[in-house]
Amino acid sequence: MINSRAGYGKIEISFTVNGEPKKLRAYPMERLLDVLRLKLGLTGAKEGCGEGECGSCSVLMNGVLMNSCLIPILQAANTNIQTIEGLAAENSMHVLQQTFLDYGGAQCGICTPGMILAAVQLLDRNPQPTTEEIREGLSGNLCRCTGYNQIIDAVAEAARRRNSA
Amino acid sequence: MTTERIIGNSVPRKEGRDKVTGRSQYVDDMVLPDMLFGATVRSQIPRGRIKNISFADSIPWDEFVIVSAKDIPGKNCIALIGDDQPCLASEFVNHPEEPILLLAHPDRHLLPQAVKAVSIEYEPPWPAIFTIEESERCTEVIWGDDNIFKTYRIQKGDVEGIWKKAAYIVEGEYSTGAQEQLYIEPNGMIAAFDESTGITVWGSLQCPYYVHKALMALANLPAEKVRVVQMETGGAFGGKEEYPSMIAAHTSLLAMKARRPVKIIYDRMEDMAATTKRHPSRTRHRTAVSREGKILGGEIDFTIDGGAYLTLSSVVLSRGAIHAGGPYYWPNVQIRAKAVATNAPPHGAFRGFGAPQSLFAMERHMDRIARTVGLSPVEIRKRNFLQPGQTTTTEQVVREAIDLGKLLDRALEVSDYTAKKKQFASKNQLGSSRKGIGIAAFLHGAGFTGSGERYLSSVVGVEGCADGSVRVLVSSTEFGQGTNTVLSQIAAEALGLPYESVTMAQPDTLEVPNSGPTVASRTAMVVGKLVQSAALGVAQTLIFSKLLQEGYSADDFRAACKQYVSTHSPFRCWSRYDPPSDIFWDDEKYRGEAYAAFAWAVYIAEVEVDLTTYSVAVKDFVALQEVGKVLHPLLAKGQIIGGIAQGIGFSLYEKVVWQNGRMQNGQMTNYIMPTSSDLPPIRVFFEELGNFHGAYGAKGIGELPMDGPAPAILNAVEDAVGVPFNSIPLLPEDIMDGLAAASEENSAVSRVGRR
Repeated sequence: MINSRAGYGKIEISFTVNGEPKKLRAYPMERLLDVLRLKLGLTGAKEGCGEGECGSCSVLMNGVLMNSCLIPILQAANTNIQTIEGLAAENSMHVLQQTFLDYGGAQCGICTPGMILAAVQLLDRNPQPTTEEIREGLSGNLCRCTGYNQIIDAVAEAARRRNSA
Repeated sequence: MTTERIIGNSVPRKEGRDKVTGRSQYVDDMVLPDMLFGATVRSQIPRGRIKNISFADSIPWDEFVIVSAKDIPGKNCIALIGDDQPCLASEFVNHPEEPILLLAHPDRHLLPQAVKAVSIEYEPPWPAIFTIEESERCTEVIWGDDNIFKTYRIQKGDVEGIWKKAAYIVEGEYSTGAQEQLYIEPNGMIAAFDESTGITVWGSLQCPYYVHKALMALANLPAEKVRVVQMETGGAFGGKEEYPSMIAAHTSLLAMKARRPVKIIYDRMEDMAATTKRHPSRTRHRTAVSREGKILGGEIDFTIDGGAYLTLSSVVLSRGAIHAGGPYYWPNVQIRAKAVATNAPPHGAFRGFGAPQSLFAMERHMDRIARTVGLSPVEIRKRNFLQPGQTTTTEQVVREAIDLGKLLDRALEVSDYTAKKKQFASKNQLGSSRKGIGIAAFLHGAGFTGSGERYLSSVVGVEGCADGSVRVLVSSTEFGQGTNTVLSQIAAEALGLPYESVTMAQPDTLEVPNSGPTVASRTAMVVGKLVQSAALGVAQTLIFSKLLQEGYSADDFRAACKQYVSTHSPFRCWSRYDPPSDIFWDDEKYRGEAYAAFAWAVYIAEVEVDLTTYSVAVKDFVALQEVGKVLHPLLAKGQIIGGIAQGIGFSLYEKVVWQNGRMQNGQMTNYIMPTSSDLPPIRVFFEELGNFHGAYGAKGIGELPMDGPAPAILNAVEDAVGVPFNSIPLLPEDIMDGLAAASEENSAVSRVGRR
């Protein structure tokens, strides 16, 4: 874990989170994950391993999936961050959130925010993925509950719904 | 009321919307004012006596709250089955992750350095033991008089007489390794203390009343001064059955001393190293078989490594022993089961609870028997399957109309077994990979073993609310498996209400009764049945008070419920477990009705072994089971697939590397669980027999899928490469060594042959 007292003093960081401009003071090596959770109260990103292996802290940084536990806040300056909280407006759901619900893609829910964001990136890059491409595209996000099949079903269905919309 | 409008339908997961939108609150998402963070100083050696504890000057210790065993107001133990496990070691340590001191500070990031700045000196090292064999030798006695936590003997018929009648005597030894539950949310807890209300803890946990019991003993407080609240829990699989009591105890001690709330969240490495894992096991079979391939009888020795303290080992051992004979008819059998102590952190509950270990042995052994007798894996099983009217190893009569032969035939058909078996046998001689196909047939008992449910005596409540809806009050927890959804379905079905009219109370011991622990595949079957009857009590109350008439509509119910509450108050109906009168169990002889019901299954795995890398890929997996009425097809399927994924990890990937009782690979980078690209499509099929007495005919489902994958996969590997492997996890290096040894043996045989 990065010691927030070591090294440099606090600096001012500006970035955009879920479409809203944010300005805050933080130690440059504080993790983006901690800033999101503790300073901004966005607890949807979870810490599963703290070493970039499980993907449950995933967020989109300028549209690219990143493990927020590995990003020093300095690196997030002037970027555009999207977390699970910003995926859909209050009281509505993104198509992936709906299909995860419909197809059993969420069990305990702890990997779900990161998994859904990984799926968002996947469908942005490849709107009609094959099953193998979905498996490959989500393989950086670990889920211990589902055995992945129902997650894959949910992503495939979201692609279908989007393409037929 | 129409029946079964909701049961059998895949209604939306109760807390699903909060989960997919990231709104669910897990323990680490909760922050209390003035909260401190806590950390644990652990032993670094497997066994010894503490001489001195010192604190390095580099840390501003006056900013820290420090707790030792001396600060424990009550008994220094984690009360469970026994009370041998200390909450904090004061003098002796028995494993290398034993908690000794607790630290708390407002800055979470200072804690790791502070933990490192505590030095613990020990007397010159005491010898320690790390394996079942070392424990059995008793050169060091670390627990009781003989290192044995518990033994069981299951005896049926006469084993002495069978050996002379046998055409074949088949022997084998099988072993399984430790396995980490690897829920993605690490263990965590928050505690607060107040003189007037006592201790409150909020945490990631399976069993609120286990924590409640442990805290009462530790803090010497009456029941009403201990409150346990379950937060949304990010996976458990048994791994949050007993260890949360330890973390609750630690946070509570810190909070009592600090007079401020304290949060402890384990990082991944601490969680993997210090908390429980699946018991390593060794099983020895010696089986007498007739010329026709019928089992005449046998001896089964089942031994598990419990680690340093008793915890749940006696119960894990019991389930493992009862399942050791598999779904087969044994006219005579003797099962000798034993749990032994080693200087490793205690092993504990993990989905399957002893059964995956002993069933792995049974199903590998069946294939060995088949080869010895010269029958196919299919035929040997068919000749020995339990039939209705026959008895299990504990002499429980099979009353269900189960036809295991038919179940097997169906699995063979959907997996295209016969054609594939033939095709792999001929094609296998060529190329750089080998394909194989393997079977596992098994059973899993639902609910607590023997008299367990009678002792638990679970209670469930259903409340009529002011808005006309109903609320289910249980201590049964949701951790992904679907407790909230299935119990709501049952209440809605019983009352003829829409699913949306039922809510679940958060498991909070101030409010919910003790419906028992959320373990043992018991929730749908046992707790579900109680929810059904408590729900009917709510309707009866309204009918007796003349606010409602039989044949009511959902609107009538809501109006009546509203009116009742406005003139009286919110009302609750309770239901307590009433053991069926026909269930008999003898705790002394370990004989009788071990389980109220069994789930039955046949799994078929197809594998490809790469002869260059020696890696095994599971190419296809068919899971066929009879679990009674499927209450929620989507959730049920999710349980089966998820369990199989963990079973594939158990078989082929997940190896705990030990050194002096410590896990050396406690990270997700070096302890490898399956990713989405490692798994095959898993094809799930349910058969429904019906007519069972659980809620709407449900039996247990959660643990079953953990039992089958390992033997099915290792049977398939043997089918592919022609060499038997009897130990899991089976890693590429093991296959390389095994194939090399086999080819050396072959060439030695041919050299002998030439002479």
